Amino acid sequence: MELTGIFKYLYELLAATGLPEVWVDIIALIAAGVIVFGFLALVALFLVWLERKFAGHAQQRPGPMRTGWHGWRQTIADAIKLLQKEDIRPTLVDRFVYFWAPVVVFVAAFMAYVVIPFGEGLIVSDLNVGILYVVAITSFTVIGMLMAGWGSNNKYSLLGGMRSAAQVVSYEIPMVIAICSVILFVGSLSMVDIVQSQAKIYQWYVFRLPFGPIAFIIYLIAGTAETNRTPFDLPEAEQELVAGFNTEYSGMKFAMFFLAEFVNMFTVSAIGATLFLGGWQGPLLPSWMWFLGKTMFLVLVLMLFRWTFPRLRVDQLMEFAWKTLIPFAFVNLILAAVMKYSGWFNW
Amino acid sequence: MASYAAVLIFLLLGIGLVLVTFFTARLIRPSNPYKEKNQTYECGERPFGDSWVQFNNRFYIFALLFVIFDVEVVFLFPWAVAFNQLGLFALIEMVIFIVILVFGLVYAWKKGVLKWV
Repeated sequence: MELTGIFKYLYELLAATGLPEVWVDIIALIAAGVIVFGFLALVALFLVWLERKFAGHAQQRPGPMRTGWHGWRQTIADAIKLLQKEDIRPTLVDRFVYFWAPVVVFVAAFMAYVVIPFGEGLIVSDLNVGILYVVAITSFTVIGMLMAGWGSNNKYSLLGGMRSAAQVVSYEIPMVIAICSVILFVGSLSMVDIVQSQAKIYQWYVFRLPFGPIAFIIYLIAGTAETNRTPFDLPEAEQELVAGFNTEYSGMKFAMFFLAEFVNMFTVSAIGATLFLGGWQGPLLPSWMWFLGKTMFLVLVLMLFRWTFPRLRVDQLMEFAWKTLIPFAFVNLILAAVMKYSGWFNW
Repeated sequence: MASYAAVLIFLLLGIGLVLVTFFTARLIRPSNPYKEKNQTYECGERPFGDSWVQFNNRFYIFALLFVIFDVEVVFLFPWAVAFNQLGLFALIEMVIFIVILVFGLVYAWKKGVLKWV
């Protein structure tokens, strides 16, 4: 069942009230924002649960089992617990920066959802700079991390914040170049155009040999690093940096960092599904189910990474980005351009 | 509704919703701060000094490199979008552009800038 009809009906219901058109649009956008916020909160709760179960089964133990069926109420209980936790603010912090850091990190993750195409017609606003907007907005996370690291006035936080900034910034370049090679074929930055150019399964950009799979792998590796997940989770390497930039955060502020982390993971998977796996395109099932299915598949791949690879060292991490991924991404981009120009595999 | 108003509304809504969550938490959580609890965390040791100090970090060189490559990527986007109309000329021009940049990367590499010490 397509969801577009329901939203269209609600919008018409709103328009029928006789409010000026500007207000109708503003109210509709606010409603869309609240729906997205609720959806993301649910997704984060689900992903935390899934990650625990995955971790459990990867290590031959069941994971949370006591609360509800296979422990499904565990993360809900955790969310309520976090809401009730005391907010400990160390005396020495820079109050202003310390307070706004979690807000910046979360809002940066949240704003990307303006252009995520959840299904056919299920997009908040199809901006013509779509993918560039996502890249730009999600990099604001770095500023939030630096703010948290600096504002906490804690040595672990500062080192964690600096490390994550260097890492996220380095891996952004191969990621964007991989995205560029797809844009080359689409000829538009709009997310809807990107999805529509992959109507048939052989048109999905992963299957466009030889550049597609390489771009996809580069994107996935860089995406894992962007979200600070294992094997690239150095900013919060527990054994050396306690918890990285969020060491001094507790209660709801910590929850915001946590939420943003899982939202970012979902964003990376959603963009990956849109760019390389055909987004909402697929037979029989409604478009939003295809989109969610593909996104969840990529989320599971990221989780598999986490529980099968050991963590890299700092020097390996940075050298891998600059000496391996970036040259590969450039060669791949030129390859894609030559392919596009020669009309080779131009379906 | 292909409008940029959505971006502004999402920005304000995002900040608003986070602040509402903080406020809700404030209403129901306990607050019992004391001197020891509010100390900076340093693995149970008594914290020494400030962390707002100068320390040798390797990050600024990566930041510099990032700026160069990021600006370059900004040039790549319009090229990629307009590639269909521009044809062979754009392809050759961009290959030259990328080769110059890769030359810069190789130079940095040879200079040992990319080495993490």
